[in-house]
Amino acid sequence: MTQIPASIGAWFSSKGWSFHPHQQEMFDRAHDQATLLIAPTGGGKTMAGFLPSLVQLADGAHSGLHTIYVSPLKALAADIKRNLRSPVDEIGLPIRIEDRTGDTSATQKKRQRVDPPHILLTTPESLALLTSYEDASRMFDGVQRIIVDEIHALAESKRGDQLMLALARLQHLNPDLRRVGLSATVEDPDAIARFLARHPDPCQIVQADPGPDPDIRMLETVEMPPWSGGGAAYAIPAVLEQIRQHKTTLIFHNTRAQAEIFFHNLWLANEDGLPIGIHHGSLDRQQRERVEAAMVRGDLRAIVCTGSLDLGIDWGDVDLVIQIGAPKNVKRLVQRIGRANHRYNAPSKALLVPANRFEVVECVAALEAAKAHDLDGEPRGPGPRDVLCQHILIATCAGPFDADDLYVEMTAAGPYAHLTRPEFDACVDFCATGGYALRIYDRWQRLQRRADGKWQLRDPRAASRIRMNLGTIQDTDALKVRLKRSRGGKPLGEVEEAFAASLTPGDTFLIGGQIVRYEGLREMVVEVSRRADRKPKIATFSGTKFATSTQLSDRILRMFAQKDWPQLPPHTAEWLALQRQISRLPQRDRLLIESFQSDGREHLCVYGFAGRNAQQTLGLLLTKRMEDTGLAPMGFVATDYATLIWGLDAVTDPTPLFQRDALRDGLDTWLAGNAVMKRTFRASATIAGLIERNTAGQRKSGRQATFSSDILYDTLLKHDPDHLLMQITREEAMRGLVDFGRIETMLDRIGDRIDLLRLDRISPLSAPLFLEVGKVPVKGAAEERLLAEESARLLQTAGLDQL
Amino acid sequence: MNVCEFSFAGQRLGALPSGALWWPERQLLCISDLHLGKSERMARRGGPALPPYDTRETLNRLASDLERTNAETVLCLGDSFDDLEAAQALPTTEKLRIAALQAGRKWIWIEGNHDPGPIELGGTHLFEWRCGPMVFRHIAEDQAQGEVSGHYHPKAQIRVKGRHISRPAFLLDKKRLIQPAYGAFTGGLRSSDQVLADLMDQNAMAILTGPHPQMIPMPR
Repeated sequence: MTQIPASIGAWFSSKGWSFHPHQQEMFDRAHDQATLLIAPTGGGKTMAGFLPSLVQLADGAHSGLHTIYVSPLKALAADIKRNLRSPVDEIGLPIRIEDRTGDTSATQKKRQRVDPPHILLTTPESLALLTSYEDASRMFDGVQRIIVDEIHALAESKRGDQLMLALARLQHLNPDLRRVGLSATVEDPDAIARFLARHPDPCQIVQADPGPDPDIRMLETVEMPPWSGGGAAYAIPAVLEQIRQHKTTLIFHNTRAQAEIFFHNLWLANEDGLPIGIHHGSLDRQQRERVEAAMVRGDLRAIVCTGSLDLGIDWGDVDLVIQIGAPKNVKRLVQRIGRANHRYNAPSKALLVPANRFEVVECVAALEAAKAHDLDGEPRGPGPRDVLCQHILIATCAGPFDADDLYVEMTAAGPYAHLTRPEFDACVDFCATGGYALRIYDRWQRLQRRADGKWQLRDPRAASRIRMNLGTIQDTDALKVRLKRSRGGKPLGEVEEAFAASLTPGDTFLIGGQIVRYEGLREMVVEVSRRADRKPKIATFSGTKFATSTQLSDRILRMFAQKDWPQLPPHTAEWLALQRQISRLPQRDRLLIESFQSDGREHLCVYGFAGRNAQQTLGLLLTKRMEDTGLAPMGFVATDYATLIWGLDAVTDPTPLFQRDALRDGLDTWLAGNAVMKRTFRASATIAGLIERNTAGQRKSGRQATFSSDILYDTLLKHDPDHLLMQITREEAMRGLVDFGRIETMLDRIGDRIDLLRLDRISPLSAPLFLEVGKVPVKGAAEERLLAEESARLLQTAGLDQL
Repeated sequence: MNVCEFSFAGQRLGALPSGALWWPERQLLCISDLHLGKSERMARRGGPALPPYDTRETLNRLASDLERTNAETVLCLGDSFDDLEAAQALPTTEKLRIAALQAGRKWIWIEGNHDPGPIELGGTHLFEWRCGPMVFRHIAEDQAQGEVSGHYHPKAQIRVKGRHISRPAFLLDKKRLIQPAYGAFTGGLRSSDQVLADLMDQNAMAILTGPHPQMIPMPR
């Protein structure tokens, strides 16, 4: 084992720092195959990861690439470059450090391939792209170490799966490659260790001192939270008061739209003109960078933000984190709170602001969970095969491959350790032919087998198209927003295509805290003008709607079982007591269903507590069952805890509706035709390369892509239901948007204990659902009945009924 | 099958759920705008590659209507093929399928703007066809009387108890009847569109297709 050179030690001392024990341990383990460091924010994680690289490079003997650092955010790569530069320059180490992301210039990128730096800072997508070049083996020759930052975030998504496949490639080129993962606090470190290490290598887990417990509380306000909605406008004065009392406050929101509205309202009430900024993923890069720079300088007193600030960029002196809306997930709450007081060994301070009455309960449950260190998380299944298909195409771009070798290489990646050979072969076959139903089309026949048995691209020109469509990030179809000027005005950010399509010239909406007026759409750019005089129509960036985690839902149900609720504010406790008096409170091992009439329609409220996505799916499946049994449902709406269904007839026996086989059957047959399944298919089909979003010269708009992907889906469903991508779609349906897995968990939990209560009025707990947005209409017998009635009425009015 | 019956040009006619027109007295089934081979044509023109199953889908629908009605005459009101090349490029299985449907009945192809001129499939090719008080042609003409046409792919939308219901629809007034498109993957033109509003008179009706076809005053 080497010692830390005196020059580096001296630099540390000159700053008045000493090595943390975990930094020392990471250094001692520099030659382990794989090491995972778990440390809280501000724990010197990055230095712990880079220290061995700096030491190994200190003598200037290494030429070429030595260490690759991968982070999920471009901004983080740039931030680390800054932070690494100062010790390297001040100590005078002969180390070249460069970043390479989507924002790096083409010239710079080209040069990096010929003459790589010692330390390359990059993202999973840029790294995957590098492995696709024919000269990859030359560029990566001699790489010693790879550092994966924020690995807990990457491990939750397909980006992480793609990264691990790229690492398998790198390891194949450099068998001695050492892997280091840097993670925030997580509930299952072993799972991340298995994800990181080459299978079946061991991976040591180094735990840093987690530091003192955070100081979290619910924000106390004079106003009561409203019954529904996510804006939390009632809390604006109290939040402003907190901003005044602190140096820098981060105000987290769950969605971009909510962040925009809150920011707007905050400014309307900001009489002192406190400097407050906004930061989220839909804003233009320049705008974001400006906010980031102002923040680093300490010019801002508060930043309204979303998950875009979740990850570990060093923002200086944040002394308060405010979470608006229930955190939905305790782990994320704890990680967000870590953003405050970015100093090791000082407690972070955080406030939760429930946006509505039910969220009061949820916030209190989350507080209790955070205090008990009870983190949540769903175990992730094996690596998805759409990512594998993309990786096979990427591998082919780099040169012909032998299927046996590639299989061995890919199963060395943690997420794909248990991939079977037939599964792998099916992916190769898909890349080669497009699959049975699509084999007549040239465009999907991309690979061919050479005489020596190796696979190669049928048309070498396809490589550039494959590279252009690389990546696994799928969330929204966004259009750029610009100020209208004669020669292209200032870019402001992005809105979703579906939102842009709903605009007519003259409409106003909020973006980056400004009200703008829609002028028109030109070449896929939304052109707007500044407009401050009208009330905005709200931008609906959907962002990601997270479902409340299983663990948090369980906590809420356990809280419901209490005799009374001293931990809740009186208004919320009284609400629950009223529910108990008029109906019942939902219980963990039973399913409560309420039935009542309102506004001339029958209503059914199902308290499944399975999370927003699963409750949505349950709504689709139940209304289908009701349709089949003649109960004429008309629509439903879902939240994290319940689904409310309305229709023409009352449900008197719910048991047949909840038979597992019938629901399962509904998922396989009927739900297969649903838009949610189509969206799931589209994401996988794009990743696997069946649909190309980017073609030379133009980017396909989301709607065009939807059109052909929907038709592809319908066709495969009808004529080739076992197509690889249909299998993948069904696997994906167990989680994510469809989340059928949680419906099954709920059915296991409740068994046959279903309680149907007929009430003579709306129950207190169901009332907020009536105000919920996102109602889903059901088209079926009820629509036919309404249509027939309306037709008869119209004909009679027109005097034509005797026709 | 739920049929919406109505009278036109002195004849009892029926609107079928699929968008086909049934004339019981003549045992005649009339369908319009099948657009067979649409996916093939779009792929040929560099558009998105749609699988070629739309043709099969449309023919399945036709087969089931023929089974239910046992029509003696089938009249295709034009734009039966997305273009002449699409007609020629039709896969053999689909051509055989059409031949099987044609067996034992009279079959008339009316020319459309997408498919002018004869095609190699069996049946009679006409620009327009007169039968009793009615005339069948692809595109509606001014001064028409008892005219049945297609071309516009009409659809109609109404609002019932806060809900919008939009369906392909027959449009009907004293002088003319416009049929909805029968083909899979075909779009539609709202009855409120100026072109259709100008074409139909003030008392025009619309019949919404679907499981229970329903007649309403034409939405404008």
